[in-house]
Amino acid sequence: MDSLLSILIWLPILGGGSVLLIGNDRGSLAKWTSAVISVLVFILSLNLFLDFDTSTSAMQFVEKASWISQFNIFYHLGVDGISMPLIILTTFSTILVIIAGWEVIQNRIADYMAAFLMMEGIIIGVFSAMDSMLYYVFWEASLIPMLLIIGVWGGQNRVYAAIKFFLYTFLGSVFMLVSLIYMYNLGGSFAISDMHALPLTLAQQSWIFWAFFLAFAVKVPMFPVHTWLPDAHVQAPTGGSVILAAIMLKMGGYGFFRFSLPITPDASSYFAFVVIVLSLIAIVYIGFVALVQKDMKKLIAYSSISHMGFVTLGVFALFSIMKMDSNGELISIAGASIESAYLGLEGAMIQMVSHGFISAAMFLVVGVLYDRLHSREISTYGGVVNSMPKFTGFAVLFAMANAGLPGTSGFVGEFMVILGALQANFWYAFLAAMTLIVGAAYTLWMVKRVFWGPVNNPEVNSLSDINAREFSILAILAVAVLWMGVYPQPVIEVMHVSIANLLEQALTTKIPGIL
Amino acid sequence: MMNFNFNISELVFVMPELFLLAAISSILLFDLYVKEEFKKYTYHLSQAALLVTGLLAFNLIGESATIFSGTFVLDTLGSTFKVFIAGFSIIALVYSRQYLSVHGLLRNEYFILALMSILGMLVMVSGHSLLTLYLGLEIMSLSLYALIATARDRAFAIEAALKYFVLGAIASGLLLYGMSMIYGITGNLDIAQIASFASLATLEPQETLILNFGLVFLVIGVAFKLGAVPFHMWVPDVYQGSPTSVTMFLSTVPKLAAVALLVRLLIDGLSDFQHYWADLFMILAVLSIAVGSLVALTQVNIKRMLAYSTISHIGFVLLGFVTGVLEGYGSAVFYVFAYILMSLAAFGSIIVLNRSGFEADQISDFKGLSKHSPWFALIMLVVMLSMAGVPPFIGFYSKLFILQQVVSEGYVILAVIAVIFAVISAYYYLQIIKTMYFDDADKEIVVSAPFDLKAVLSVNGVLILVIGLMPSYWMNLSVSLF
Repeated sequence: MDSLLSILIWLPILGGGSVLLIGNDRGSLAKWTSAVISVLVFILSLNLFLDFDTSTSAMQFVEKASWISQFNIFYHLGVDGISMPLIILTTFSTILVIIAGWEVIQNRIADYMAAFLMMEGIIIGVFSAMDSMLYYVFWEASLIPMLLIIGVWGGQNRVYAAIKFFLYTFLGSVFMLVSLIYMYNLGGSFAISDMHALPLTLAQQSWIFWAFFLAFAVKVPMFPVHTWLPDAHVQAPTGGSVILAAIMLKMGGYGFFRFSLPITPDASSYFAFVVIVLSLIAIVYIGFVALVQKDMKKLIAYSSISHMGFVTLGVFALFSIMKMDSNGELISIAGASIESAYLGLEGAMIQMVSHGFISAAMFLVVGVLYDRLHSREISTYGGVVNSMPKFTGFAVLFAMANAGLPGTSGFVGEFMVILGALQANFWYAFLAAMTLIVGAAYTLWMVKRVFWGPVNNPEVNSLSDINAREFSILAILAVAVLWMGVYPQPVIEVMHVSIANLLEQALTTKIPGIL
Repeated sequence: MMNFNFNISELVFVMPELFLLAAISSILLFDLYVKEEFKKYTYHLSQAALLVTGLLAFNLIGESATIFSGTFVLDTLGSTFKVFIAGFSIIALVYSRQYLSVHGLLRNEYFILALMSILGMLVMVSGHSLLTLYLGLEIMSLSLYALIATARDRAFAIEAALKYFVLGAIASGLLLYGMSMIYGITGNLDIAQIASFASLATLEPQETLILNFGLVFLVIGVAFKLGAVPFHMWVPDVYQGSPTSVTMFLSTVPKLAAVALLVRLLIDGLSDFQHYWADLFMILAVLSIAVGSLVALTQVNIKRMLAYSTISHIGFVLLGFVTGVLEGYGSAVFYVFAYILMSLAAFGSIIVLNRSGFEADQISDFKGLSKHSPWFALIMLVVMLSMAGVPPFIGFYSKLFILQQVVSEGYVILAVIAVIFAVISAYYYLQIIKTMYFDDADKEIVVSAPFDLKAVLSVNGVLILVIGLMPSYWMNLSVSLF
């Protein structure tokens, strides 16, 4: 199909529009329409995987049409090994949230489903845009449905959380807009590939790097601009939390891959240390913050920040592992092998996909409990295993994955990043590996207090175990988590050539006059 | 000195103005002499007159002439502006009628005064001598003062009319003072003659000084009409005090005429002094964006909030003129078009909430609108996001266009200031969205609107999205005017 990406973008957006027209009064029809559309989009998106050519780093499934001619802005889409897994993650997660909201959402059901469908299309647009202005339009537009999801279907303090979420990310991204315009005025093109090739001095790169950094760091989120995330997660409905954690955070990580490294390679190398320190703070300090949370969603939110620290660590550790010599050959610093540079970047990618599964699963687990007792407080629960044995089985599996148990997807990404970081600097790896202890501590302690132990609350005894709908969502995620844990090879193969290309770009200086 | 030639064949170029003047006179007589039951047709006749005026102006696009001994110019910019003035006014009158009829203010003088002020705007747009420009400005302004005062039993409206009149008169005085300085040194009222005088390489320092002196007053006059800080004091009070339909009219079409005044005086007339007036505009622009964004944060009256929002939008428009290149001017004009489209929809949404005995002008009046009337809430959501500059709506592209021009002329720091305040202003636009979507209604909401208003408002809202998705044509059009 020539226009597969366009279909993937516009089918859910227009589908969402038609679900809006169906209206809240015909909730059942709206739900089924949404479910059909989301499944259809997922099946179509599998074509990206099946027809993907793993031997090239060039963009595939490319579509290009003139859009805003006076600025040379094109409706230009394409995917490579970095964006393709994230698109499939998006279509996959959307099915989950639509099924997860099935009986739970009573209020304005059609609007709810439509918001998630439109969000799906917009985010696929973010991951497939090859023109930076098209990218920016999708990037900003994705805030709108999320704002409404948090604000309309959220918890007690939803208004504060929704507006904080919007303004934080908006502030981050306007600086990216200015730097995109700045580069357009230098190079005369908004195409991302032209920006990759644009020569920039170190001073220019530094400004652009920090402008990008602000946009992506807020989204990831990195310490110290992470404070919107716990609020947004706690207040968002379950589906909103799932999309936020599983996909929207990945938009930040993807930005580092697509923009920061190739466009500002020298500045990235120059400031890599700062990013690594912030990542390590996120991994260790935020892990400790998670330990003391009383609210389950908040705990998982902080654990998300901690896990996303691996993504940025894996990306920026690269500059301590490899450099390019004056002949344009990649050589290692301090005797590391070239594989360890791949380990960092590919580990970061795997970590993004894996975190998409695990965080989605964890938020769904909390959602199952919340739907029953309407409390996210850990202290409300205790001994849930007595009344919900099947559910506890899943919950413990996902908790183990969150703690990074080998055999689950959580282990693979973190282990790869730690191995890569070890080649860069022993202390990076040491501090990052702390998460295996801290992460296990906060996750397992939560499991202990919620699922095991004595029953403190008489209502816990009367809990009904998960129904078929909940079972199926959790089972699908369990399969995904285990599959990625045992056999991540297909995902690595898909991205390998693209990562190699990125590695080359990231280590090639752009400063005119050098080389 | 002035040799005034009159050639009858030149009248073809003033057909829109001539027709509108004739139409106003006939409608006035019609309204005077027909029986009571036919008086309601005054509205329809006014709309028809505007439509024909717009078509006549559209017909003249592409023609270019300077007539009446150089006092009146016809060019693509002028004709296009006239078409837009007529078109936006038609929308504004559709919204106005509903508001006026639910509040018992529907008197036919309203439409006649509106048409009269539109005539003034058309004259301003084509004015090519200081005298014609001033004449057009006064026809417009005097009609607007009277328009506000049509709500004669409302104390706030009378206060607003008086305030606008007094401050407007001061501004006109300053503008006249500047014009007299320019006339004194150049010996000419004709814009083309002034331009050729200002471009002389042999200007004495004394002459440059006096031209600059006059220039400052021209800029003040224009800034007052646009409502740029620090000449914005009248804007919030007048917006709040006027009947909502007049506020809508004030905040939209006259801005286009004021931009035309700016183009005629400063770009056609004094483009050789561009670096002088651009510096002044830079200060006005930054102050307007900052004050408009910050002060709006605390408003609870939505008309007052939109007044400050207008001030900040005007700041963006002025940024486009700071660049001093034709594309930059084009970006400013595109911004004005976009702003008017958004502003019309915003006030249209407010008017929809008005009903007999209930004046909707508080932000809290929007509470729970999304449940009661999802479609109008969605339109207001689109308008607010667009004003905040969130893609994919037209407001984003107008900001993008301005920022691109500003950055390409090397003012990166101006662009950074502008986007920071854009984020701050997003907060109060989000407050409206919050009120509509996240709050529950605490009183009865009645959306009362006849079919024509609903249809026009829907089209207006959809245009904000559709032009946002396909802005290319409109951007090209704006640039081609210069």
